[in-house]
Amino acid sequence: MPKRIDIKKILIIGSGPIVIGQACEFDYSGTQACKALKEDGYEVILVNSNPATIMTDPTLADRTYIEPITPEMVEKIIEKERPDALLPTMGGQTALNVSVKLAESGVLDKYNVEMIGAKLPAIKKAEDRELFKLAMHKIGLDVPRSFDVRTFSRAIEVIEQMNFPVIIRPSFTLGGTGGAVAYNRLEYEDMVRFGLECSPVNEVLIEESVIGWKEFELEVMRDGNDNVVIICSIENFDPMGIHTGDSITVAPAQTLTDKEYQILRDSAIKIIREIGVDTGGSNIQFSVNPDNGKVYVIEMNPRVSRSSALASKATGFPIAKIAAKLAVGYTLDEIPNDITKKTPACFEPTIDYVVVKIPRFAFAKFPNADTTLTVQMKSVGEAMAIGRTFKEAMQKAVRSLETGSFGFERKIRIDRQEVTLRATEAEQDVLRQMLKTPKAERLMYICEALRSGMHVDDIYELTKIDRWFLNNLRDIVELEEGIYWQSRRVEGLSPQLLRKAKENGFSDKMIAIISGSSEEAIKKSARDAGIEPVFKTVDTCAAEFEAHTPYLYSTYETPFYKVSEGKGGLPPLIEKVSACEANPTSNKKVIILGSGPNRIGQGIEFDYCCVHASFALKELGVESIMVNCNPETVSTDYDTSDRLYFEPLTFEDVMAIIEKEKPFGVIVQLGGQTPLKLAVPLEKAGVKILGTSSDSIDMAEDRFRFRELLDRLKLKYPEGFDIRPDKKAFEAGIFEGIRGLVSRIKYPIIVRPSYVLGGRAMAIVYGDAELIEYLKKLSVSPDRDLDIYADHFLSNAVEVDVDCISDGQTFVIGGIMEHIEEAGVHSGDSACSLPPYSLGKDTLDEIRRQTKLLAAGLKVKGLMNVQYAVKDGAIYVLEVNPRASRTIPFVSKAIGVQLAKLATKVMLGETLNELGFTEEVIPLYTSVKEAVFPFLRFPGVDTLLGPEMKSTGEVMGISKDFGGAFAKAQIAAGNRLPSGGRVFISVRDDDKPEIIGAARELHAMGFKIIATGGTARFLKENGVEAEGVYKVTEGRPNIVDRIKSREVDMVINTSFGAKSAADSYSIRRSSIEMGLPYFTTIAGAKAAAMAIKAAIKEGLDVAPLQEYHKRLSGQSKGAATGITLK
Amino acid sequence: MKKAFLALSDGTVFEGTSFGADGETIGEVVFNTSMTGYQEVLTDPSYKGQIVTMTYSHQGNYGINEEDIESGRPWVEGFIVKEPCLYPSSWRSSDVLLAYLKRHGIVGISGIDTRALTRIIRDKGAMQAVISTIDGHPLRLVKKAKESPGLVGVDLVKEVSCEKPYAWSEGLWTIEDGYKKRPSKGKRFKVVAYDYGMKRNILRSLSNAGCDVTVVPASTSAETVLAMNPDGIFLSNGPGDPDAVPYAKESVAKLIGKRPIFGICLGHQILSLALGGRTYKLKFGHRGANQPVRDLTTKKVEITAQNHGFAVDMESLKGVAEVTHINLNDRTVEGLAHTKLPLFSVQYHPEASPGPHDSQYLFKRFVEMMGRG
Repeated sequence: MPKRIDIKKILIIGSGPIVIGQACEFDYSGTQACKALKEDGYEVILVNSNPATIMTDPTLADRTYIEPITPEMVEKIIEKERPDALLPTMGGQTALNVSVKLAESGVLDKYNVEMIGAKLPAIKKAEDRELFKLAMHKIGLDVPRSFDVRTFSRAIEVIEQMNFPVIIRPSFTLGGTGGAVAYNRLEYEDMVRFGLECSPVNEVLIEESVIGWKEFELEVMRDGNDNVVIICSIENFDPMGIHTGDSITVAPAQTLTDKEYQILRDSAIKIIREIGVDTGGSNIQFSVNPDNGKVYVIEMNPRVSRSSALASKATGFPIAKIAAKLAVGYTLDEIPNDITKKTPACFEPTIDYVVVKIPRFAFAKFPNADTTLTVQMKSVGEAMAIGRTFKEAMQKAVRSLETGSFGFERKIRIDRQEVTLRATEAEQDVLRQMLKTPKAERLMYICEALRSGMHVDDIYELTKIDRWFLNNLRDIVELEEGIYWQSRRVEGLSPQLLRKAKENGFSDKMIAIISGSSEEAIKKSARDAGIEPVFKTVDTCAAEFEAHTPYLYSTYETPFYKVSEGKGGLPPLIEKVSACEANPTSNKKVIILGSGPNRIGQGIEFDYCCVHASFALKELGVESIMVNCNPETVSTDYDTSDRLYFEPLTFEDVMAIIEKEKPFGVIVQLGGQTPLKLAVPLEKAGVKILGTSSDSIDMAEDRFRFRELLDRLKLKYPEGFDIRPDKKAFEAGIFEGIRGLVSRIKYPIIVRPSYVLGGRAMAIVYGDAELIEYLKKLSVSPDRDLDIYADHFLSNAVEVDVDCISDGQTFVIGGIMEHIEEAGVHSGDSACSLPPYSLGKDTLDEIRRQTKLLAAGLKVKGLMNVQYAVKDGAIYVLEVNPRASRTIPFVSKAIGVQLAKLATKVMLGETLNELGFTEEVIPLYTSVKEAVFPFLRFPGVDTLLGPEMKSTGEVMGISKDFGGAFAKAQIAAGNRLPSGGRVFISVRDDDKPEIIGAARELHAMGFKIIATGGTARFLKENGVEAEGVYKVTEGRPNIVDRIKSREVDMVINTSFGAKSAADSYSIRRSSIEMGLPYFTTIAGAKAAAMAIKAAIKEGLDVAPLQEYHKRLSGQSKGAATGITLK
Repeated sequence: MKKAFLALSDGTVFEGTSFGADGETIGEVVFNTSMTGYQEVLTDPSYKGQIVTMTYSHQGNYGINEEDIESGRPWVEGFIVKEPCLYPSSWRSSDVLLAYLKRHGIVGISGIDTRALTRIIRDKGAMQAVISTIDGHPLRLVKKAKESPGLVGVDLVKEVSCEKPYAWSEGLWTIEDGYKKRPSKGKRFKVVAYDYGMKRNILRSLSNAGCDVTVVPASTSAETVLAMNPDGIFLSNGPGDPDAVPYAKESVAKLIGKRPIFGICLGHQILSLALGGRTYKLKFGHRGANQPVRDLTTKKVEITAQNHGFAVDMESLKGVAEVTHINLNDRTVEGLAHTKLPLFSVQYHPEASPGPHDSQYLFKRFVEMMGRG
């Protein structure tokens, strides 16, 4: 069937901000969908609130709405755009849920919009657990025994008929939010209550546990002609009981016979037909009893998912692109396979390598979170690795994670060198505990258990991880042992064993650690012995057809020989051959180093920048080569760059590519810290780093060199102190020395240990007692010293973020962003406004001047980000990063200029003059960025913001004024601003005068104010009516009771110091659990009042990005012009 | 670990580790892209004369069980894997692949760059090869490969066909019951099946579809078959060159028009020859479980299991038979039907094993044909 011509305009809904359970994979799918539909001549309308996505680039869709993804806002877009169709399957659970609501409320019918891909009944059947169960029974498939409950009392009834453990799964939540495993009645009751709260429809499923069964996933595609194919099978290393997003997963399935695999395949096909997904991809999860092969269907996602992104990257089959094409009527046999070019997409990819996906966690950011892995997803990112064998792929995956491990490192007795470990009874207990309770590092403990001689069967009993995987890990540990002993012989490590180690995925660094050598020495012995990596192609077909897309991974293979008879009596010719498929071109080429797995502080923003670099190179006619290992991203799509290397971002792996490709240069400044920290070693190895030099990068990172620079430029910065207490004395409880040390410190100070980067373990300290408390916490780490850096903390200062670009001659401000939250809250966690909403022209001009000085001082070529604090008219430099910052995509979208692209061109030698970007763009409309947090997933974790970043993603709101933009950003971030009801206010004494304005404003809009004693009195004294309410410690019903009784609609609560923060913890926690908007800063509260006013008074209208940008070109050029550097 | 060598007739020599019996073996080296089902592949008589390399790197993961077999023994001349598994994991497993190969005297090699090998076969075509654990002289091995006769014109059918007729009653496998004898419900049809190298799953599929099958040797005469008075005749898969079994072609030619006929793989080729058609050798054939085939009557695409090195030239059957199925990868003929008579055949393997079950409907089609006839 050819494409449909009865539809012309298609609305695609994105997935919004990056949250746990919904990450870059939906940028990848949405971007593919936009491209695929535009290619076919459809008009594409897109809505997504996440500015850091490639899909929201104004060139990808015809009209791009960066607006909140709520039924109300999407309805406004539909009303305005009148699309013919809605494609609901590209934006994760968010898009699916909104689409369901629009369909059920009649909006789609009203505007005559057809849902394509999956229709409402199919979505309901797949998502509603009761309907799903019935559907499965109808086609003769089994699901775990379960009960659907909507009330607590019903939950108590049904538990009588079940055995513990049971699984609690709230309906319609993403990433399994609220899901849990209950092992006893008490846990069960708590979990059910929480689950009912989490579910938007107040419904949970109480399910028979199949914990310990094997878990499989199949990615299925169906077209309008009812052709169904399986794209990929995935086997979870971690068995049932751990969310698949938190599991290590492996493609293809490893431990199924063909007969067993075909049962899953047949079932998957029956399921997609019965559920009635018309066209597109679905993900189906199965559990299999390891003892008898009994199969249960667990769930089905009637849309593209994280697993389909993984399956796409694992096989080279672009599921989202094909799904988009199928949605508009094509059939699978009409679509060509891009990689082979001559065969159709209607086939089942087959692979000749192994893919391992490994999750990345961020528990260090959430100190009180329960770190046990369970049915609710907790990881924030993932890395994928490809190898010819499981062992190779697994070891590559471990180092792709960038958690500091280059292989399976020691977990107990890390000081000991020997590989074989005779664990003591106590250590055995620790190991057994770490195996029994799955946590982030279980994999490492399994290897440690193997080293200690624990039998695979015992490990299996504790973990239920299939013995096939465990035996492979055992092989790795045995190899470790071999390396250890052989390297201690006189002759050292043999070339045979070295080759075997490399073929099994050992990094040079790991071999060096085991053998007591250095990375360089290992590399040299390998090369001397002719051991070097070859690159193989991901081609969908296991080499059956020629691949036309250079999507490559490295591996080690034993070379083979070409022999021929010697001519004229000469001996035979024997030529050694390595089958490397990289075939580098002789074009001018540039390697872009990506940003690796998502983590808090480094995510999609950097992928956006890297993808733009690739686009820019294409425009310049330079061959682009992408290196990255994050399967969720657009950068790892095979058609984003000319060549793609799916590889870990370690020095060794990157150098192997550089040695093969011999690029003109390497771009390190767009992928965040990951590539940046490779800059110096790469430069030492003779690699040309494009743009700002590694010396400048170092100058900005090294606090001493940096202070020198600031002094030279005569710029102010907060006074800094280095605190180096005597650890022994400290441990002995002698704190006197510290008091002496800090006597000259002016509190408050912002402190961080000298050994960490990026805000980890940072804190604001208000006095000696707190400082000692902080140091005590640090001293828990036995192998760390106690040295900390401290800066005077500028309280109540306004923080400003500036992004700029320089070519070495001309310098242009990209954007000045004023933070809403005061300095001290990590810039990634704070909302900000572009242009600034309260700072005066003089201040801004001074910031411009200082930024220019810094850019010149650091000889920036490319992008630079500066953070300032403005206090009492003075401007202090907090931090400079001579690289792309997290805010680049936000700024680019706000000002309509693609900064990362320009930066790439600048790095390649073009000038800003040539590129036509010489003037700062100051829009007449306002853009607000707001952060999004994962607190709901981590019960027990405080939501108070501080210097350590905790947000996973961000949203953008655009409106003609600040109030409207802030309102949209809040709504997009899930903070439903109320239009009436009760506002709870409790603020610290210092803040009391500041809150009156906002309180008065809210009161005038008809809100009732309730407040704790002091605040209520103060408000009343100042003429704002306020009802008193008990603090938590004062009696009941107190404020938390009232929040839980849904008697409060918004919370404003500021606190000072650790004690006060602890007191108000339960207020913040209950607010988040009840889904209330809450503000912990005065600035935030004021902004909220402005936003509510804007929303109530004028309502929020929608407009596409393209329209805003058009206004920019019409706008008079009142902006500051580009400054030529001296 | 014992060394082994694989030498191809084009002069390529791989050095690896012995994986199977000691000795030396010669055959045509081909690749199979199915990620599962090594046991079925090993025991498929169609691989007689061939050394098989599996493109997926791990083999032996789920061990060896007593059920997943397509005949009584492995038939491959040799087996090539990248990484063998010595510690299989499956509740059904009772043996390790390596031990199984040794026991059956199959010579194999592991630890070589199987992707490089596959690319050589893809680019240059299937060719003769030697695996040896006893001769480490590269040039001599290459020479042996070059001088070996190859498959064209060699009758391999006689080596794999059964010796005397037997009746079959086992049905398809289920996880609950394994292979169960199918209860005869409804009308059953009497089918005589020519064994050119029969895979058991064909018999099981026929049995499930309602056939009582008697399997006869490839050399059985048409008269003998007709004397058994079957409702239909089935022509099985098998190894090698269809032109090398003229006796089979002659018998089938005599059966055409007498009874409904259904052929699979070699059976399809022999039927084509009997109808007066021609076959030719493909460069490297189709072997795997992911080949897309379009049924031209329904326009639907089925994902099929395949294992063939020869194909039918439809030009040679103009006016006699028409194409019913084509391969979407290379547009070769995958199925045909006589324009008038009740006979049809497919090049691929609707019985799967290993592979997808999309094409089971063909067995029903055969039964319906017999019902009408």
